[in-house]
Amino acid sequence: MSLRQEIRLSGSGGQGLILVGKVLAEAAAIYDGLNATQSQSYGPEARGGASRSEVIISDGDIEYPKAENLDILLALTQEACDKYHKDLKEGGILIVDEKMVKSLPDENYKIVQLPIIKSATERLGKFIVANIVSLGIIVKISEIVSEEAVRHAIKARVPKGTEELNLKAFEEGMALAKEWMKTHSTLVK
Amino acid sequence: MSDKNTTRLMQGNVAIAHGAVAGGCRFFAGYPITPSSEVAETLSETLPEVGGTFIQMEDEIASMGAVVGASIAGKKAMTATSGPGFSLKQENLGMAIMAEVPSVIVDVQRGGPSTGLPTKGSQGDVMQARWGTHGDHPIIAVAPNSVEECYYMTVRAFNLAEKYRTPVVILTDEIIAHLTEKITIRPNSELEIMDRDKPEDSPEDYLPYKMTDSGIPPMANFGEGYRYHITGLVHDETGFPTNDSEEATRQLMRLNTKFDKHLDEILDYEEFNTDDMEILILAYGAPSRSAKRAMQVSREQGVKSGFIRLKTIWPFATQKIKELSHKVDTIVIPEMNLGQIAGEVERLTPDSTSIVKVNHVNGEAIKPKEIVNAIMNKD
Repeated sequence: MSLRQEIRLSGSGGQGLILVGKVLAEAAAIYDGLNATQSQSYGPEARGGASRSEVIISDGDIEYPKAENLDILLALTQEACDKYHKDLKEGGILIVDEKMVKSLPDENYKIVQLPIIKSATERLGKFIVANIVSLGIIVKISEIVSEEAVRHAIKARVPKGTEELNLKAFEEGMALAKEWMKTHSTLVK
Repeated sequence: MSDKNTTRLMQGNVAIAHGAVAGGCRFFAGYPITPSSEVAETLSETLPEVGGTFIQMEDEIASMGAVVGASIAGKKAMTATSGPGFSLKQENLGMAIMAEVPSVIVDVQRGGPSTGLPTKGSQGDVMQARWGTHGDHPIIAVAPNSVEECYYMTVRAFNLAEKYRTPVVILTDEIIAHLTEKITIRPNSELEIMDRDKPEDSPEDYLPYKMTDSGIPPMANFGEGYRYHITGLVHDETGFPTNDSEEATRQLMRLNTKFDKHLDEILDYEEFNTDDMEILILAYGAPSRSAKRAMQVSREQGVKSGFIRLKTIWPFATQKIKELSHKVDTIVIPEMNLGQIAGEVERLTPDSTSIVKVNHVNGEAIKPKEIVNAIMNKD
């Protein structure tokens, strides 16, 4: 079977996880020449409530567009982490915000716990770009798509006028991940 | 639109909106409802750019009324909604069927009944699309299973509506409509676009409901010099109401059989591995993606499964399904309802045929392995 990578981005409504999914899918499908699907599950609320966005990336056809066996899970709330970590495959990558997710699952995952929201708030001045900081971490750690493809996709997908801020957020996420990898290099390829 | 192929990442609802414009849609009236709203949102920007009209109406009943009116005036017209709105549109949908007014209705199915599960997928409106409006009547409904098909099936929906003077329902679901994936858009010049037959008769001799050989009378647009009467009442060839039983039989039988001579063109489906199959999977819309995967997996595990995907849901592919059902003892039918199409298949197959239903009504997609399990248990 062809390479199939499944990523779930989870948290609460309003955190911009659907946008991250679309950026990731666009980077893979349009700029890296792979196939990708992005789907979502959300509640009726405009803000709050559980929200998840899923991206499947493959070099072959993608028949079933939802995740079954996750390679990567991003959880920006404790609720999301508790609810979804069981869908991660053994050895899968779990990325969490260190402030929002304090209780970690005792399973064989590669757990990446970083100050995502703190970086967005303090270093970039905008809580709202925590989603793109997360994207930087995912891309740096998994190398699932090329960094250049993601930069193109960010420019194409984020609201006009926010491109620079979002690109900075992406670099910030990659820097966080790079720093983390220095001390955890044995855990992740 | 480009004169070359363009590849983009697009959402299903957005693809329906772009497909509508490519198919000639120049009028949209609707009322927003999850999970269909992106169709209206997109058209509110793109229709004015091509000289079209976008109206957000006060409700769904008025939206469907506006679509019927715009089409009578000569515009290719569409509305988009979900289950609760589709219920409201049934009255004017019946009017469009009776008066034979081309129109396209997008129903992005969500969990029901009533307001149900607003943000989750469903195929619960399959029978509503067939019989939601009262009285014996014909209808065409089509079901896409990819973003690319959302685009091209919408173009086709307009063609069918125009050619056969009928409402066409695009019966999609939240999963496909909210799926974002790659789509290749061909130049408009490569698309086949059909327009309604215009009368060759003079305005004085024109009969809007003439008994033609094809069963489809030519349609004059209002405002082009042809004056005629349109009603939901049973009418004669002139369009004026009639109570005459012979005339009623004549016109209603023409209406109800008007697709019969054209089924080859209206019916659309795709088959995989039905030549050597031991078991048949039948699916449409979102579950058909899982069904195709399930066919591949079960074959890898040694079960020769075949697969038919219905692209046209109504009219039903009766002959094709009868033909395929003779080859197998078991038909597996995954649906995001409690077996609405399975019931149709049961009507066509002998009692000895085992119909295995895989059903979800909780809004979650049907996984390939659920279908594989159904196939394996029945081996």
